[in-house]
Amino acid sequence: MKVIVTSEGKNLDSKVDQRFGRAKYFMLVDTDTMEYQVIDNEAVSQGGGAGVKAAQITIDSGAKVLLTGNVGPNAYEVLKSGGMDIIVGVNGTIREAIQKFKSGELKSEGGPNVASHHGLQ
Amino acid sequence: MIISVASGKGGTGKTTISTSLALSIEEEPVQFIDCDVEEPNSFIFLKPNNLKKKSATVLVPEIDKNKCTFCGLCQEICEYNALVVLKDNVLVLPELCHSCGGCSLLCPEKAISEVDREVGTIEMGKRNNIEMVYGRLNIGEAMPVPLIKMVKKYIRKNNNVIIDAPPGTSCPVIEAVKDSDYCILVTEPTPFGLNDLKLAVGVMHELNKPFGVIINRHGMGDIGVEEYCREEKIEILMKVPFEKEIAVAYSKGIPLIELYPEYKRKFQNILNMIVNIVEKKANSKIMQER
Repeated sequence: MKVIVTSEGKNLDSKVDQRFGRAKYFMLVDTDTMEYQVIDNEAVSQGGGAGVKAAQITIDSGAKVLLTGNVGPNAYEVLKSGGMDIIVGVNGTIREAIQKFKSGELKSEGGPNVASHHGLQ
Repeated sequence: MIISVASGKGGTGKTTISTSLALSIEEEPVQFIDCDVEEPNSFIFLKPNNLKKKSATVLVPEIDKNKCTFCGLCQEICEYNALVVLKDNVLVLPELCHSCGGCSLLCPEKAISEVDREVGTIEMGKRNNIEMVYGRLNIGEAMPVPLIKMVKKYIRKNNNVIIDAPPGTSCPVIEAVKDSDYCILVTEPTPFGLNDLKLAVGVMHELNKPFGVIINRHGMGDIGVEEYCREEKIEILMKVPFEKEIAVAYSKGIPLIELYPEYKRKFQNILNMIVNIVEKKANSKIMQER
């Protein structure tokens, strides 16, 4: 299964980026093989609507599940419309996050967990 | 002539100054334009009669999903990510839209039309010789600039126009003050006041706008603002003392010049001085052109 995780770095020992729209990278991870692909977040430098743009990037990646720290309302709306399962409040390294996800420890949320522009603060 | 009252820091007394300035003008007609659309409060002091309200709208895209082929062109050209094209759906995020109209212009299927979205109201009224126009942005709206532009359309240049600008130094302030002949910066004698005054002065230089400073709550804080103005050769137009009576009157919506009628003369002196400065600038421009 393909899972996408917001990441501060480019390998499995990088930390989960707590920001979604302005995350440094996205890591597209195959949970079965732990093979991964690093996707640059073009949205990071957007003046506005970074969450929306990032949502688009993650949906286009083909992943069905997103693991991240926080998601705001606009990104949430787009992700949901794109059929993405959103799991927020994830921290630690990418490897740990995937392991927790595989063991069923992580549950998806009912809505956005932060207000607009949270990642700019 | 258009005089705007701005500040940098919020809560320094823009409305105190702008309303009393407008009330001290004797010749008609006076227009008072409140561009602080996120919290217009000058009407509390000017108490206009016969208020008229108009809805203020911007254009946002609406997608005809029967015509849309989900080609993604609209999303590609939208600088503000207001459109998201998914496999079989297009999402419009209207609060991100800057109403440029690009998406509807370029859509190859003509599937995008533009529809009105209310962002606030424009309210108008009159009191004696003062005609008031102000905008009120709806709660939750992120962009004041379109509404400020709509409010400013009511300006008639030959009038005596006073603009109450929003605080800060970003787009809303620039939009409010950019067509003014002169700008009054209201500050307070504190490190915060000084810090934001410097930013506001930077804006004035950038816009090449003649300006002067009014120090409100003079007597509190420190002498930093005065030292700065002296060093930078910035005219201090007036000092309003830090006084409980002024604060009490403000809290009741009583303009400064009604509390202390002697301020009328002071404001009129400032106005005369500003007229001279603006005329001098206009004359020197004519001379340069010759």
